[in-house]
Amino acid sequence: MPSVSMTVNGKQVGGEVESRTLLVEFLRNQLGLTGTHVGCDTSQCGCCVVHVDGRSVKACTMLAVQAAGSQVTTIEGLARNGQLHPVQAAFREHHGLQCGFCTPGMIMSAVDLLQHNANPTEAEVREWLEGNLCRCTGYHNIVKAIMAAAADMSGHAKAAE
Amino acid sequence: MYDFAYHKPASLADAVKLLADHEDAKLMAGGQTYIPTLKQRLARPSDVIDLGAIAELRGITEEAGGVTIGAMTRHGEVAESAVVRRVIPALAALAELIGDPQVRNLGTLGGSISNNDPAADYPGALLGLGATVRTSKRQIPADQFFTGMFETALERDEIVKAVHFPRPEKAAYAKFPNPASRYSMVGVFVAKTGGGVRVAVTGAGQSGAYRWTAAEQALAGNWSPAAIDGLTVDPSGLNSDIHASADYRAHLVKVMAKRALAAAG
Repeated sequence: MPSVSMTVNGKQVGGEVESRTLLVEFLRNQLGLTGTHVGCDTSQCGCCVVHVDGRSVKACTMLAVQAAGSQVTTIEGLARNGQLHPVQAAFREHHGLQCGFCTPGMIMSAVDLLQHNANPTEAEVREWLEGNLCRCTGYHNIVKAIMAAAADMSGHAKAAE
Repeated sequence: MYDFAYHKPASLADAVKLLADHEDAKLMAGGQTYIPTLKQRLARPSDVIDLGAIAELRGITEEAGGVTIGAMTRHGEVAESAVVRRVIPALAALAELIGDPQVRNLGTLGGSISNNDPAADYPGALLGLGATVRTSKRQIPADQFFTGMFETALERDEIVKAVHFPRPEKAAYAKFPNPASRYSMVGVFVAKTGGGVRVAVTGAGQSGAYRWTAAEQALAGNWSPAAIDGLTVDPSGLNSDIHASADYRAHLVKVMAKRALAAAG
């Protein structure tokens, strides 16, 4: 079996996988990082979104061997020193979740958006979430949380200047 | 998904050799169509050759007034590229309409055109702009590259390296996406080029993307949405499925063409 190694949430990890092992299976089953969810397993729902080399991807539509040598960040890797990432904090503050199943993917997708577009319009946020489905239909507060996180993060950036 | 042997060659020459050595091998680009295909067991390759590590297949360069895009360049990179936005903004706009952000972060130009899904967007851009496909063996004009639904002029051991898009005077793409999948039910790419007017339709044809020559002729002397008012689109040869009947697609072809012409200005 192929062996893979990659950096996940800042830690060097490795293991033996089958060629057909999906990245999401490697993260959940071999590394125990079950925050990344499998909703549809058909690249539609976005519950499995993680970052690979800084960009959001669907971990159910990437092989573990494809990610060998990459920097991977999952929902477990967002908080720093016990402090929630501003997007996580905003989802809590603005009730950006109902059942919570889609939340890790929503947050990982939103973090990618804000890294490349620090001040999106509401329309841009809604368009960006094209690949993330919420079966509870709780989009309104999800969008509100992302807008609040953007304001919070750009406020911090301005304060640091 | 059935298991397979996985290869990740570092050069195009190694990839070509792997294809020659393994009769039932398949190439994988971004995997956004191929991995779902493998999951459904619609394909059973002995070997999968991942093109993701071949640096010479990536990148965007301005060339001869147009743009050359490496086969493994991601849709998201094309959408965000300052060069593409400046030289052929309609092409960057088209890339931004493919799938969703995560699919665009992995899906590639070369993968899309080699697969030639009749509902894919890029075939419309290649035909509409009169692009040239550069492969490991030769150069193929777009008009000869797409040969039918999921079929291309590529030989078994031939790999797309890049696509060269000449710069049009004016161009735009108008897409009616399927509301769930974002594949085009109908997409129309219009371009006014030094070599004449080109109108390409994707998503509608049973044999994949095609040029709407009657519209091209009508627009040759009068580049405006009104120039195609008198045309009708024959639904025979168009797709009919649960998403749209052939009649509806025929209607959409003209509507999308007019929208694209209005946007191109």
